[in-house]
Amino acid sequence: MAQAHRLQKVIMMSYKKRIDGRKFDELREIEAKVGVIKNADGSAYFRIGKTIAYAAVYGPRDLFPKFLQDPEKGLLRTNYNMMPFSGSGERVKPGPSRRSREISYVTEKALSPVVNLEDFPNSVVDVFIELTQTDAGSRCAGICAASMALADAGIIMKDLVAAVSVGSVDGQIVLDLDYDEEAYDKGDVADIPLAMIPSTGQFSLLQMDGKISKENLMKALEMGKKALPKIIEIQRNALKKKFEVMQNE
Amino acid sequence: MSKETRDHIINYLKNNLRYDGRNNLQYREVTVETNVVKTAEGSARVKLGDTELIAGVKFEVGKPYPDIPEEGTIMVNAELLPMSNPEFESGPPQIQAIELARVVDRGIRESKAIDTKKLCIKAGEQVWTVIIDLIPLNDAGNLFDAAALAAMAALKSAHFPALEGQKIDYKKPTKQKLPLVAEPISVTVLKIGSYFVVDPLLQEEEILDARLTVATLDDGTICALQKGGKLPLSIEEIEQMIDIATDKAKELRKHLR
Repeated sequence: MAQAHRLQKVIMMSYKKRIDGRKFDELREIEAKVGVIKNADGSAYFRIGKTIAYAAVYGPRDLFPKFLQDPEKGLLRTNYNMMPFSGSGERVKPGPSRRSREISYVTEKALSPVVNLEDFPNSVVDVFIELTQTDAGSRCAGICAASMALADAGIIMKDLVAAVSVGSVDGQIVLDLDYDEEAYDKGDVADIPLAMIPSTGQFSLLQMDGKISKENLMKALEMGKKALPKIIEIQRNALKKKFEVMQNE
Repeated sequence: MSKETRDHIINYLKNNLRYDGRNNLQYREVTVETNVVKTAEGSARVKLGDTELIAGVKFEVGKPYPDIPEEGTIMVNAELLPMSNPEFESGPPQIQAIELARVVDRGIRESKAIDTKKLCIKAGEQVWTVIIDLIPLNDAGNLFDAAALAAMAALKSAHFPALEGQKIDYKKPTKQKLPLVAEPISVTVLKIGSYFVVDPLLQEEEILDARLTVATLDDGTICALQKGGKLPLSIEEIEQMIDIATDKAKELRKHLR
């Protein structure tokens, strides 16, 4: 009896159809542009669904205070920030929070493996990531924009970095969770932001919150690894497009 | 900036010509787009040439001030992001951001653009707070006018969210718009040498002697003033600058339609 009840519960609670109607391994619509902020040395816009990230790169430029300077290598400094009106609920208080500082930190770690820091000793490359509106996946959108902005700024890079979140909703592995899925309350949810360096297939960002079995985690990582090259393609095309336009001018 | 650059700019102004080919009293191309941020209750993106700024409106509910228990409140905040200009630094708002927010705030507050009595939910207990955040993406000069225009456009586009008891349901926008009763428009006039200039570039802002920001209503009523810059102004100069601002406000006002 108890077993039958449990079985029924499992069937009732499984996540059979995504809230927004996407396939389980389908990304939201992506739009990418570079050169969107004139003052910056490099910049990019990256939209995935209703999450919009801007990134601006300034540098390499002199690093102050001077004691931070390293004659061996430069510093990549990232700053992630949500604009006050970019949250799906209440206004986000301006200024750094514990959350935004941690995201800035992991973003820096996600990007630094592809940047040759030895190229700019004593200097800093500043990356500013700003979210104008969000619907989950904002750190991943920020990393995608930042990697394009670095390339746009002419920073020598080994590769681009692409990022997306994977996860599971009520036992179902899904790609690119939106806010409704992250907030799903009829079963366990796991949200796993990933960033990948495509030429090696290695991950430079891996975080998770929620609950997931090891088996499903491995499946989710595979799903991410399969999807990320599609994002890289979009990032590359946006960069190519700018230089095609420049050639035609 | 060097004396040579300043002389160079002034030499051009003498011939009614600017760095980018404009006349002294000519704006760059102005564009205003609304509803550009889906997570805000109202929003606008204003471009003045290469200057780009986003204004977002969020609603909150809170207690009224004890001296005005039947009125809602408004708050204006500006964040000068280091993304938008290499001169801006991270950290708590600097004086430039505070001045910008307060000048825009005064234009809206003193013109009584929002009928704050209609923001009252329950007198003495619960009122709406309207928060306007002004955020430049790219600062190529004249954030004052861009911010004031964006703030008004965002307010005009705003819809109240649904209120369920004490709590706001941000996912449910209503059809109800803000009770706007006036439309202040800000125009900043610069004095460089003996010349007046509107819609300055960054290079022009760097060498200004004085500036005057004038917020006016469509009948010419002046609702806020802010003088800046290191040199003082004569009463004749102030009058000329106000006349220029009132005249230019008519052009800018068309973009709110």
